[in-house]
Amino acid sequence: MSEHHDHDHDRTFQPDHAEPTSDAARLGLALRELLIEAGHYTADEERQVIEAMQGASPENGAKIVARAWTDPGYRERLLDNGIEAIKELGFDLQPYEFTVMENTHDTHNVIVCTLCSCYPRALLGMSPAWYKSGSYRARVVREPRSVLREFGVELSDDVEVRVHDSTAELRYMVLPQRPDGTENWSEEDLAKLVTRDSLIGTQRELGQ
Amino acid sequence: MNEPLFKTGDRVRIDDRTPPVHHRVPAYAKGRVGVIERVCGLHGKPEKFIRGDGEPRQRIYRVRIPQQELWEEYGGTDRDKLDIEIFEHWLEPAE
Amino acid sequence: MSEPWGPHDVGGLDAGPIDLSEHDVAHWEWQIDAMIRLALKRGLISDFAELRDGIEKLTPDDYESSTYYERWAKALAYALVSRGVVDAAALDEQVESVRKRQEAEGVA
Repeated sequence: MSEHHDHDHDRTFQPDHAEPTSDAARLGLALRELLIEAGHYTADEERQVIEAMQGASPENGAKIVARAWTDPGYRERLLDNGIEAIKELGFDLQPYEFTVMENTHDTHNVIVCTLCSCYPRALLGMSPAWYKSGSYRARVVREPRSVLREFGVELSDDVEVRVHDSTAELRYMVLPQRPDGTENWSEEDLAKLVTRDSLIGTQRELGQ
Repeated sequence: MNEPLFKTGDRVRIDDRTPPVHHRVPAYAKGRVGVIERVCGLHGKPEKFIRGDGEPRQRIYRVRIPQQELWEEYGGTDRDKLDIEIFEHWLEPAE
Repeated sequence: MSEPWGPHDVGGLDAGPIDLSEHDVAHWEWQIDAMIRLALKRGLISDFAELRDGIEKLTPDDYESSTYYERWAKALAYALVSRGVVDAAALDEQVESVRKRQEAEGVA
């Protein structure tokens, strides 16, 4: 059950469709060929866009979290105006309003986009397959605690659960709690503790 | 024109209309009453983007609704919340 | 609860356990993603809202049987044909040519 928390580094390639032979996939490829043929963009530009998107990953979120943990002023700026605060670290998510939700001892935040799976991709990379699934989108708004249980997160009644449905132009990230016993750790080492799922809210405790 | 109609703490009702165009209000939120959690920025209305240019921009708000008010037999605590982004043109004051 | 507006309007509906398995993005999916971004950049479509609209207009069967990137591909095709950026007949021909090429390559 906990394996998926460490997926960031070790996983096998499991594409939904290794070969694009469905009608819709062929439609996409055909469209691409026509657009390139008509000069709307080049294969080179395509490569650059893909590389830029592939450069985004949860590591970016981890850097932001580690900075917020070690710098109280930064944490305040991040919670107050996420868009401006991440610019300090060289990230930009405009035109979206980057909004950070802080977990505390008695609150837990979890993110969803019920209508389509909006996610801060330019910052954190591609969203997980489960985040896009009908099951997650349907259930996490109505039964967050049992969904979190499926992810291995058990919350007592003392903890308030807040679900954020990304229905418009805000893009969210959870600021997880800093684990105990990490005082004096470097930002770099702290960042290594932060997982993709903890930034979405389907993980609460970060290991050491 | 750009001044927000609502402020943090105001009670609001989310409209329950179903216009036959792209709109970003989930069925579960329609007709619900919540509280403005924060005032956000100005953005193009989803309804206007189809064939339009999204103008005029409208204010977005985060509306906070207690989960127990949203779902019959909600299985969590009475402090659990759901926060959702709604455009101003979908909100009206509530008691 | 109000009626769901389309197949995408799933918040609060009953659903089964969540499949937690990881799925890497295939190359062709990255290409769809890049195509959307470049189409926006070049002004071929105005906003993601236009594509979401296309996705919401898929029939429930079509929506449910398509994967995430398949939906976006369909929505983009719909938007570009509607806007006259791409000719529908030319697109059909190109799809056929993609299919033939894949068969020749032993992929299909």
